[in-house]
Amino acid sequence: MHAATSALKPGEKVKMTVRDLNFYYGKFQALKNINLEIPEKKVTAFIGPSGCGKSTLLRVFNRMFELYPDQRAEGEVNVDGDNVLTSKEDVALIRAKIGMVFQKPTPFPMSIYDNIAFGVKLFENLSKSALDDRVEWALRKGALWNEVKDKLGQSGTSLSGGQQQRLCIARGIAVRPEIILFDEPCSALDPISTAKIEELIDELKSDYTVAIVTHNMQQAARVSDYTAYMYLGDMVEFGETDQIFIKPKKKETEDYITGRFG
Amino acid sequence: MIAVPQPASADYRLPLHRRRKLINFIALALSLAAMAFGLVWLVWILWDTLWLGVQGLSASIFLQDTPPPNSDGGGLRNAIVGTLVMVLSATAVGTPIGILAGIYLAEYGQRGWLGSVTRFINDILLSAPSIVIGLFVYTIIVAQTRTFSAYAGVIALALIVIPVVIRTTENMLALIPNALREATFALGAPKWIMIRRVTLKAARAGVVTGVLLALARIAGETAPLLFTALSNQFFTLNMGEPMANLPVTIFKFAMSPFSNWQQMAWVGVFLITVGVLVLNILARVLFRQKH
Repeated sequence: MHAATSALKPGEKVKMTVRDLNFYYGKFQALKNINLEIPEKKVTAFIGPSGCGKSTLLRVFNRMFELYPDQRAEGEVNVDGDNVLTSKEDVALIRAKIGMVFQKPTPFPMSIYDNIAFGVKLFENLSKSALDDRVEWALRKGALWNEVKDKLGQSGTSLSGGQQQRLCIARGIAVRPEIILFDEPCSALDPISTAKIEELIDELKSDYTVAIVTHNMQQAARVSDYTAYMYLGDMVEFGETDQIFIKPKKKETEDYITGRFG
Repeated sequence: MIAVPQPASADYRLPLHRRRKLINFIALALSLAAMAFGLVWLVWILWDTLWLGVQGLSASIFLQDTPPPNSDGGGLRNAIVGTLVMVLSATAVGTPIGILAGIYLAEYGQRGWLGSVTRFINDILLSAPSIVIGLFVYTIIVAQTRTFSAYAGVIALALIVIPVVIRTTENMLALIPNALREATFALGAPKWIMIRRVTLKAARAGVVTGVLLALARIAGETAPLLFTALSNQFFTLNMGEPMANLPVTIFKFAMSPFSNWQQMAWVGVFLITVGVLVLNILARVLFRQKH
């Protein structure tokens, strides 16, 4: 039975379909037969205790795992009908379509402006003024423009942790992806920066499909429309966030979100 | 039931604490003595170099060439220029090779046999006595062309530069967190752009430091030049013939019975020491700015 197929509300458009996905670190199986549909222009959160495979799942979506030769994925991750895992498309084009923001901010060793322009220049040949506009647009989207507009030439690493993370989000948005993956984007940030980023994620979903891995259940409850609870490589329960948090179907889910476990 | 341990009494802790303080004192005293022992020789060497070198320093050192035996006057112009020409050429030849090989080891050769074999051989080359490198270049270049030449000297010095630059480049790139690589790939960047624009840039200060340290290392090398560039009593910029240089000139002059030559050897030692010192300070300042 595919628990996931029935989990979306009627009328929801599906952006990404995961079918029978298995994932291995060498001989260790980290994901077991995952089935899931991620709705378009909605925020989907992945929760579960450490080591449950939620970050691993995210790293399958943009084939980031391929950087490490002992990691292997079997199954399907369909985006707009094309299986990402076996696609003939170059992996670089897939990653341009499916952006990712990491746990720790990773500003490049260059100016704030160049941090944003870097990804844009990879695929587009814009004029100077068009590039300027794109950088401003991305920084505004990333809720960082007002803080950095007078110092675009400064190094990206000179910003505070929260600003760096918003710079990384803006950098991801600048290449205009369709899906943005967040891998615990707030775990290294203070509460105020976290609140800013949560607000930002909420705004992003009007244009983008968002998937977020988080250790913070309140965060999942606040920002997401759908929530998936994972445990030891299994997709235990997936459904609308309200339903998962108010009336989970499975006992394991309830134990986890009420803090009796994990 | 497991018995709850009682808190240890002060009578029990105090003697233990005294003993540890004593051991700490002895260890600290021994370390300081060892440091002082090392420093004494270093300061002595520097002092002698400074004292004896400055005595012979004059404008003619930079303007006149090495004097014939048993005569007054003269300078070190040909040797200074020769050293600069050969050291800079060797760095120019060795740096690109070293950086590219270092990039290979850090970014491509982490797994697989080619990387580990190269790394192992490079470590051997890194610790190879420089006289072996001198003899090697003598055999393959000087013996074949039947003439000592500055070219052969440059090759010998470059062979010393390359492993140093390979090692520092690899180490500096290895310090760059993988998260930065993943973040670059996540935007859809190909690997070569990732290396050129991100990791190499992040490691720039360290890589440049490595090049400067390699430069400092070859500035005073004598053995490789003795068998390759030899020396030349006259000024020349012709790379195809023997070329004067500071280390070999120092070697020759210091062993001579002529006081003018001996004095000039000290000036040469002084110039090299100051040069190496400046390069080392430069490397440190540059590295600190970034870290």
